[in-house]
Amino acid sequence: MDFKTEHKNYQGRDWLVVAVGGELDLSAAGPFKDKLKTALAKSRSRCLMLDFSRVSFIDSSGLGVLMGRYRELALNGGRIVIRHANDQVYRLLTASGLDRLIEVEPPVGGHFAKEERE
Amino acid sequence: MKDTIHSKRPVAVPNVVKLEFFSRSENVSLARLAAAAMAAERQISMAELDELKVAVSEAVSNAIIHGYQGKEDGLITMTLISSAQRLSISVHDDGVGIEDVEQAMKANFSSSGERMGLGFAFMQAFTDGVEVTSYPGAGATVVLHKDFL
Ligand SMILES: Nc1ncnc2c1ncn2[C@@H]1O[C@H](COP(=O)(O)OP(=O)(O)O)[C@@H](O)[C@H]1O
Ligand SMILES: [Mg+2]
Repeated sequence: MDFKTEHKNYQGRDWLVVAVGGELDLSAAGPFKDKLKTALAKSRSRCLMLDFSRVSFIDSSGLGVLMGRYRELALNGGRIVIRHANDQVYRLLTASGLDRLIEVEPPVGGHFAKEERE
Repeated sequence: MKDTIHSKRPVAVPNVVKLEFFSRSENVSLARLAAAAMAAERQISMAELDELKVAVSEAVSNAIIHGYQGKEDGLITMTLISSAQRLSISVHDDGVGIEDVEQAMKANFSSSGERMGLGFAFMQAFTDGVEVTSYPGAGATVVLHKDFL
């Protein structure tokens, strides 16, 4: 599992941007969760943008990590946005209903991408 | 050959593949690969292939997390049977077993805190049938069926 962080200013807020890569299944869930928790604690940002360009697969173990972070961040008025999910990942985010809690950019040319360009 | 470039050659059915592996999380991707390789021999769309991979991932993850409760040297047996009409994938563990199968298969039911209880829901949504056999203390067998009509 690949994990790279940076900070970005967007819509007047400080976002922790994480570029994730690999298959978010049971073997990646532990490290993914630990790295997210550490990065969030260090940044003190409550807005998390996940760049899933290089995530090739997700199952309920990966979704569970996202759900856990959502619960923690939502308590403090935070947000999570997922960008560039492939078809498989997008499908599972919607099938699980997580897309109602986490803002998921639709696979091609979502409003988020457009807003950022403007 | 000239008109078959984009169509699959007829598969020899039935075919049986049996895999045995330790209950280690890195083996979940191996199980997905085996199922995808066998399914790819058949007429199946990319989306269906992705769905089948999720179902297999869930069944094998459950054997590791719940069946063997994280113990890494439990044996998991995966049997793939490809017949004319369907591909059946059986995932067996000799772990703690399931006390109440009906309850376990309900969406959003999970016996462990941080998990979402989506495994069986995905297995049911993404295949053409799921059979679960289990007795407390005597392991669990989950069979996933994918039909080819
Ligand atoms: N192989 C297994 N051995 C023992 N218990 C299992 C097994 N598979 C599933 N279960 C039980 O069924 C429940 C539901 O499974 P699932 O729908 O995958 O949700 P989750 O894995 O998120 O808990 C589990 O919490 C567990 O109690
Ligand atoms: Mg599960």
